[in-house]
Amino acid sequence: MRELRALLARDIGLMWQKRSDAAQPMLFALMVCVMFPLAMGSEPARLAQSASAVIWVAHLLAGMLVLDNLYRSDFEDGSLEQLLLAPVPLPMVIASKVAVHWLTTALPLLVLTPLLAQLLFLPMNLLPVLMLSLLIGSLLMSLIGAVVAALTLGIRRSGLLLALMALPMYVPVLVFGAGSVWSAGQGLPWLGAIYLMCAGLVFLIVLAPWAAASALRLALS
Amino acid sequence: MNKLLLWFNQTGSPARFDAFARRWSTPSFILAVILLAIGVFGALLSVPTDYKQGDSFRILYIHVPAAWMSLIIFVIMAVQSAIALIWRIKICELIAMASAPIGAVFTAITLISGAVWGKPTWGTWWTWDPRLTSELVLLFLYLGVIGLYSAIDDRRAAGRAAAFLAIIGVVNVPIVHFAVTWWNTLHQRSSELGVRDASANPPEIWIPAVFSGFGLIGLIFVIIILHTRNEILLRERRAQWVQELVQQELLLLQHLLQLKKLG
Repeated sequence: MRELRALLARDIGLMWQKRSDAAQPMLFALMVCVMFPLAMGSEPARLAQSASAVIWVAHLLAGMLVLDNLYRSDFEDGSLEQLLLAPVPLPMVIASKVAVHWLTTALPLLVLTPLLAQLLFLPMNLLPVLMLSLLIGSLLMSLIGAVVAALTLGIRRSGLLLALMALPMYVPVLVFGAGSVWSAGQGLPWLGAIYLMCAGLVFLIVLAPWAAASALRLALS
Repeated sequence: MNKLLLWFNQTGSPARFDAFARRWSTPSFILAVILLAIGVFGALLSVPTDYKQGDSFRILYIHVPAAWMSLIIFVIMAVQSAIALIWRIKICELIAMASAPIGAVFTAITLISGAVWGKPTWGTWWTWDPRLTSELVLLFLYLGVIGLYSAIDDRRAAGRAAAFLAIIGVVNVPIVHFAVTWWNTLHQRSSELGVRDASANPPEIWIPAVFSGFGLIGLIFVIIILHTRNEILLRERRAQWVQELVQQELLLLQHLLQLKKLG
């Protein structure tokens, strides 16, 4: 436990040093959301219809772009190999890494989401559903991403390949996440999709750190 | 050790696998061609024209067996990957990676033939039906495995990473298979080979598809073992048994040339 706390403190400290980096996914998501009214026309009714979908896709893309940072800097300065050798279970190390990564990349985006919703005229009664689905969805995407990103560590420029591998895995998250907001907008019951995502989250919290650990071992052996 | 396990262990060695591939590729190919010929004959000539769709339903005799193959190959790939990762058997890694492009091709055939059939029948090339979408995701998963395998320079490391991805991706296979049952949308449910209701789906309609299916299994078996054999020969080209094999082939070739000259 003490080692884990030290690791968390180290990761958070490192992230705090590069705290301006946390603004990048926010800016990116904001820009994606700005592009849509420019491309579709600024009619509020039409924007409101697609607002939740656009915000979901913006989150998805932003999350995918920051995925590579999860292990990259630790891999390049060699500390990842030290962590592999450390007498701490590797899945725990990865779980703490994912947690810090989520706190510094996905959480700022979530804070920004009400603003994005306002920009795209999302009906106010849908905002809680959107936030809830994004909260669970971003956790799911971070956990899935941790496994996929571990596999591409051996490749110098993995950007596009990582997208090609991660996006198919994100499809169910997007379908149920955006689907719940859509159902709420239609006045249909939307909790079912949220429950399914919660079930997936429980499943992945247990499995993903282990899968990511074995993927890391494969990539670094 | 019992005989079956012994056989698997022995065939796992490159030289034994090469002999296995040489012995079985030709007969399997012949068998596959015969089965496929029967299937194609049945599908194109013996099955009567549909009273509603006309002749366009004959596309389904390509579409359905190709869809079976797209799923079967993914399962083969994932199982071989699991064996490769758990027991570190090199051959299984090669088999898994040899199956990825073939599976991708069958998935593409499924999507394209489905689109061609869907245009006159459903009135659209494409809809966002769960079955169609999950099959498309299957194609992306195949492409991800192929992309990862070719992106890493070290062949063994590439094989292991791609094998891992294949195992994760196998989650999608049951989703594709059950998509028509879980969500009742545009794509038809499986007619289950007339097991439930023989009058709605008589044997003479579905038997050609079964022949094509088994023919395709034979065909992918041949393609996979030949691909794997190529890769083995390439990697082991410095090994003694490969050099001896090449010597033998060369001698045979020389004999044939001499015979030709004399004749």
